[in-house]
Amino acid sequence: MFAFILRRIIQAIFVMLVISLVGFSIQHQIGDPVRDLVGERVTPAEREVIRDQLGLNDPFYIQYFRFIKNACKGDLGLSFFYKKPALEVIVSKAPATIELVIVTAIILILVSIPSGIYAAIYPKSWFSRLVMAASTIGVAIPVFLTAIALIYLFGVELNWLPSYGRGETVNIWGWESGFFTWDGLKHLVLPSISLSSIMLPLFIRLVRAEMMEVLETEYIKFAWAKGLHRQRVWFIHAFKNTLLPVITVFGVQLGILFAFTILTETVFQWQGMGFMFLEAVERSDTSLLVAYLVVVGVIFVVVNTIVDIVYGYVNPMVRIVGTK
Amino acid sequence: MSHLLEVIDLEVKFALRFGELTAINGVSFTLDKGERLGIVGESGAGKSVTGFAIINLLSKPGYISGGKILFEGRELNRLPEEEMRKIRGNSIGMIFQDPMMTLNPVLTISTQMVETVLAHQNISKADAMDLALEKLKKVHIPSPAKRLHQYPHECSGGMRQRIVVAIALLTNPSLIIADEPSTALDVTIQAEIMDLLLELCETEDMGLILITHDLAVVSQVTEKIAVMYAGKIVETGTTEAVVHDPKHPYTQGLIKALPGSLQPGARLNQIPGMMPTLTDIPAGCAFHPRCTISDTVCQMEVPALISIDDYDRMAACHMVEKSFP
Repeated sequence: MFAFILRRIIQAIFVMLVISLVGFSIQHQIGDPVRDLVGERVTPAEREVIRDQLGLNDPFYIQYFRFIKNACKGDLGLSFFYKKPALEVIVSKAPATIELVIVTAIILILVSIPSGIYAAIYPKSWFSRLVMAASTIGVAIPVFLTAIALIYLFGVELNWLPSYGRGETVNIWGWESGFFTWDGLKHLVLPSISLSSIMLPLFIRLVRAEMMEVLETEYIKFAWAKGLHRQRVWFIHAFKNTLLPVITVFGVQLGILFAFTILTETVFQWQGMGFMFLEAVERSDTSLLVAYLVVVGVIFVVVNTIVDIVYGYVNPMVRIVGTK
Repeated sequence: MSHLLEVIDLEVKFALRFGELTAINGVSFTLDKGERLGIVGESGAGKSVTGFAIINLLSKPGYISGGKILFEGRELNRLPEEEMRKIRGNSIGMIFQDPMMTLNPVLTISTQMVETVLAHQNISKADAMDLALEKLKKVHIPSPAKRLHQYPHECSGGMRQRIVVAIALLTNPSLIIADEPSTALDVTIQAEIMDLLLELCETEDMGLILITHDLAVVSQVTEKIAVMYAGKIVETGTTEAVVHDPKHPYTQGLIKALPGSLQPGARLNQIPGMMPTLTDIPAGCAFHPRCTISDTVCQMEVPALISIDDYDRMAACHMVEKSFP
């Protein structure tokens, strides 16, 4: 386990270096920080002096090295718009996004696994056909359309659920959480449903396809031949094997969910990282953009590490490799 | 005395989109308590399908379309699913071809053994564990207590097949159906597994149906042989008689094809042609296009499986029929 974690950390460092290089290159290419700082009225000669002072004339790799050094200290530059360290801005927005993704992931798991399994066991039932048809349509509908339709139906027409913002939040050790108030939970419903609608068809189909494949294997046939009860064959023998590929895909897709929050958060005016990202793009707030990339990169790496640990728990062969 | 297993005129069909294929066409045989029967034939002859039909576990479009399977006096093909489940893995044990694929990779050996016991007997988990340990010892697995807590991938192929045999033994079945139990193993391990099966059948008084394409294996272990071709039994008799004096030209071909009967360096004998697929079984005797002694009658009429001597010897061949009026 220790070796596994250690290797993971080394991998993570490597991934972060690549992400930071991409981020830094973007910042390096877009916009001129000197002009942002001093405006139009300063002479080119004076600008050159400022450039020298700020080290902007240094070779790329020296500037990059300086960037990494600062990043390690938690300094990802200043946000021009907020006049605050970029990292601080993002950290204040992160809880909203993370909570949205957590609720979405829970919806994904609770819906896709039971319906995928059911569709695999009874492929010809009307429920399975309905789920398959619905998931085909679901894949084709973009998230903002789903979101707008949900807002129209439940927010405007029926007036059951709030359609924008996070509602009432509670501050727990600096974490603005919407989990602990009724109002906050109600505000989570529509955004998380529309965010999950992107991935749900994929996951139902994945679980179904994997489960159907597993049900055809020799060891499942042997499990039947042992005279086991069918619940045991389905939910212990087949399901555990179905989980392996599903967990892998889930880990990757969870990272992608963070990216999709940009659209969802914009439609629902959700004050998270995705919403902030779009604002930063509009304002050419490059430090904030780079900081966003780095933070999302960290989240991605952490999520995938957790997923790998869970995978090791389900798949004994990985556990052996990991411990040796 | 009534038989342990009696298969009467078994017929298995596969319902496909373009029609039905007959995989097993009127197969009959009997097996007494403690008796060992080998079912032999090339791939596609319907050997495995016969085995799975007995425990009613045919793969999906396949179903039993006719005949009877009587086991310990009960008609298996008429039993409701739950009654059938109680027989599977309980009084009929099954051993599969490839031990690498038979055990579930994500469950420990102990889990896979204990669950089998608990599915059929109302005993405690600890007792089931003791039973599992006892059976692992019986199949001569070194350090069985350690094996129990391992996963299948930590064991070698031969070891896994021993574990599969141990699982089949857990409930003291009266019949074991072994579907090519040694085909996927090394030759030396093959012999070990076959010796083990033979030893267990003798000590536990179990019936055995050994499904294989390997005549050498069958002659080592079984007392009776049924040779199958294109979904039918073409010859049956005691192993001794069938191996040393095959009557049906197909059986003769199979025996000639064994490398043991040749001088070193000589070309191997083979039966010309291929087993027909289920979609185009020839009219008359299904074997006639490959047969060296076939006649016009072979192309017209399906030969019946008839007694050809005073013992249990039977063959389905017009030519043999002619010489034994």
